Amino acid sequence: MGNMKRFIGFIKKEFYHIFRDKRSLFILFGMPIAQIMLFGFAITNEINNVDIAILDHSKDATTQEIIHKIASSKYFSIRQLIKNESEIEAVFKKGKVKAILIFEKDFSKNLTKESNATIQIITDATDPNTANTISNYTNSILQKYQQEINKNVKSPYQIVPETRMVYNPELKSVFMFVPGVMTIILMLVSAMMTSISITREKELGTMEILLVSPLKPFQVIIGKVVPYIFLSIINAVVIVLLSIFIFKMPVQGSLFLLGIESVLFIITSLSLGILISTASATQQTAMMISLMGLMLPTILLSGFIFPISSMPLPLQVISNTIPAKWFIIILKGIMLKGVGLLFIWKETLILVAMTLFFIVLSIKKYKIRLE
Amino acid sequence: MSISVQNISKSFKDKTALKNISFEVKEGELFGLIGPDGAGKTTIFRILTTLLIADKGTATVAGFNVVEDYKNIRNHVGYMPGKFSLYQDLTVEENLTFFATIFGTTIEKNYDLIKDIYIQIEPFKKRRAGKLSGGMKQKLALCCALIHKPKVLFLDEPTTGVDPVSRKEFWEMLKRLQQKGITMLVSTPYMDEAALCDRIALIQDGRILQIDTPQEIIKHYPKNIYDVKADNMFKLIEFLNEYEYKYSVYPFGEFVHYTDKREDFNPKELYHFLEEMGAVNISIQPTKTTIEDTFMELAK
Repeated sequence: MGNMKRFIGFIKKEFYHIFRDKRSLFILFGMPIAQIMLFGFAITNEINNVDIAILDHSKDATTQEIIHKIASSKYFSIRQLIKNESEIEAVFKKGKVKAILIFEKDFSKNLTKESNATIQIITDATDPNTANTISNYTNSILQKYQQEINKNVKSPYQIVPETRMVYNPELKSVFMFVPGVMTIILMLVSAMMTSISITREKELGTMEILLVSPLKPFQVIIGKVVPYIFLSIINAVVIVLLSIFIFKMPVQGSLFLLGIESVLFIITSLSLGILISTASATQQTAMMISLMGLMLPTILLSGFIFPISSMPLPLQVISNTIPAKWFIIILKGIMLKGVGLLFIWKETLILVAMTLFFIVLSIKKYKIRLE
Repeated sequence: MSISVQNISKSFKDKTALKNISFEVKEGELFGLIGPDGAGKTTIFRILTTLLIADKGTATVAGFNVVEDYKNIRNHVGYMPGKFSLYQDLTVEENLTFFATIFGTTIEKNYDLIKDIYIQIEPFKKRRAGKLSGGMKQKLALCCALIHKPKVLFLDEPTTGVDPVSRKEFWEMLKRLQQKGITMLVSTPYMDEAALCDRIALIQDGRILQIDTPQEIIKHYPKNIYDVKADNMFKLIEFLNEYEYKYSVYPFGEFVHYTDKREDFNPKELYHFLEEMGAVNISIQPTKTTIEDTFMELAK
C-alpha cells in the first residue's frame, strides 16, 4: 500500500515536469501534428498543377485537342505557349516551367496519313523524381487519347496493359507516409523523451537523492515510463484520427488490433529509451544517441522512405534489427490491407522479443549506485 | 557508534581519492569534515550514503553495513548533496510533498522536526524552487532531507555559495536539530564553521590530518600567532617572508598571520625591521589561534 502511494507520488511529479517544460510539451504534442501535416501535404511525390509550356508547330485540330486534354487534367497547367525552339532554354532557366511539349509540324496530317506523329517531351531533370513523374503522367494522357481515337479502327495486333494498383489505387503518397510518420513520432516521443528525462535526474543530481531513498530502482524507471505511455497513446490516437479525417486514410483492419500493436511498439521504444539512459550521463548525450542512433536508422532503413527491397544486401540485413521496420509492416498491413493478427503474428513476435531483450539489458545495466 | 569508518580507501581510475581513512561519529554528535576542495569529502559522503563502494575497508551507518545493508541505510538517512539537487521546476511545497511521499510519510507527520526551518520558507511555498535565493534553496533542501526523520543526516558542503547571514542561521538550525537527537556529518571548506562542530576531522588529499574537538585542535598549535597589518598587504607579505626568523606567514582576511621561530620573540624587533623595509602604518597584535592556522600548519 505504501509502495503504491510512493509510486503515484512519483508519477505525479513526472507529469509536473512534462507540463511545465515548454520544450517537451512541444516535442510531445506540437511535433506530431506538424510532422503529419508536413508529410501529408508538403512532402509528397505526387505532382499537382505543374507548370508546362507548349510549342505547337502545327496548330491543328488534333494538337488542340491534346493540349486541351492536358490542360484539363489536374496535374498540369499550361503556363505559356512558345513559338520556336530557341526559347526553350530561356523558359527552363526561369525555373517555373518544368516541362515543354513540342508538337511536330503537320502533326494531324502525319497521324492520319502515316499513322505516326511525334510529340517531344522535354523535362527539367534537376529534380529527377518530378521529371520522371511528369513524363509518365504525360505519356498516360497521350496513351488514353490514342486509345480513344483508335476505338473505331480495327487493329488486331495491340497489347494494352491494364495495370491495377491494389490497396492504394490512387497511389496516394500520404498513405505511405502515415505509417512511417506514426512510427517515427512514437519512437521519438517514447525513446528520446524517457532517456532525456532519466538523464536529467542524473545531470541535476536528483538521481543521487532518489538512489538514497527507499524507492527501488525499478520503481523509478517504471515511474518515468508510465506518463510517456499515456502521452504516446494519446499521440497515436491523434495521428490516426488526423489521417482518417484529414487525409481520408482508410483503416481496413481492426482498430483494436491497431491499438494493441501501437502500445506494443510504444513499450519497445520506451525500453530502448531506458537502455539509452543507462548508457549516457547527460541529457545531451541521451539526445544525440536517440537522434543519431535511433531516428536516423529508423528514417533511412525502416522502409519508410527507401524501399528495403532495393537496398544493398548488408543494409537489408541491418534493417531487420530496426524495430520500426516491423512496426511499419504491421501498420501497413492493418491500415491498408486490413489483415488480422494471423498475417502479422511474426512481426508482432519479433517486436515482443526485441522489447524483452531491451528490458533485460537495461535491468542488467541499471546502476543502483553512482558507479 | 552512529557512523564508523574503518581503513577506507578509494581510487578513481589512476587518481587516489581516499587513503586509509578511519573515524567514528557518536550518536547525536555534530561531526565536521574540514578540508579544501578536492580533499575527498564528497567521496566519503558517497561511500557512507551507499552511492559508491570503497576499494578497501568497511563502514557502517546506524549499525548497517554500507555495502550489504545498503537498502536499510537508504531508509534511515537523510542526504543533502553538495550541489543543490531538488526539482527546480517544482514549487517549494511540491518538492517537500514529493520527498515526504517517497519516504512513505507526510509533511504533517513530521512537521515538528522541520517547523523551525520550514516556517521561514513557507511564505514562498507556491514559488518554484529554481526561483529561490541560495539561502532559501538550502533551507528547502534541508527540509527535504529531514522530512522522514532520519537517524543520521549527511550534509555535503551545505553552506557553499550561501551568504554569511544565511550561513550563520543554517548552523543555528543544525544545533537545534542536534538537540532532537539527530546525528550529523557535515563537510565544509570554511574553517570558521569548524569551530561550531562537536568534533572535526581535518582532511587533505584523501588523508585525515587530525581528529579532535575544535578546542583541542587549536590548543595543540605550537606557536603564538600575531596579526600583522600595514598599508600595502602585498609588500607586507613580501617583507615578512624575507625576515630571517619567520616561521610562517599566511594572509588571513585583512591581516597577515605571522609566527616566529624563536621562543622569546619580541614584536618590537619585527616592527623595526618592517619600518626599515619601508612599510607604513604597521600594527602587530597577538591573536587567538584559529582552526585555519592549525590546518595550514598540519598541511605543510
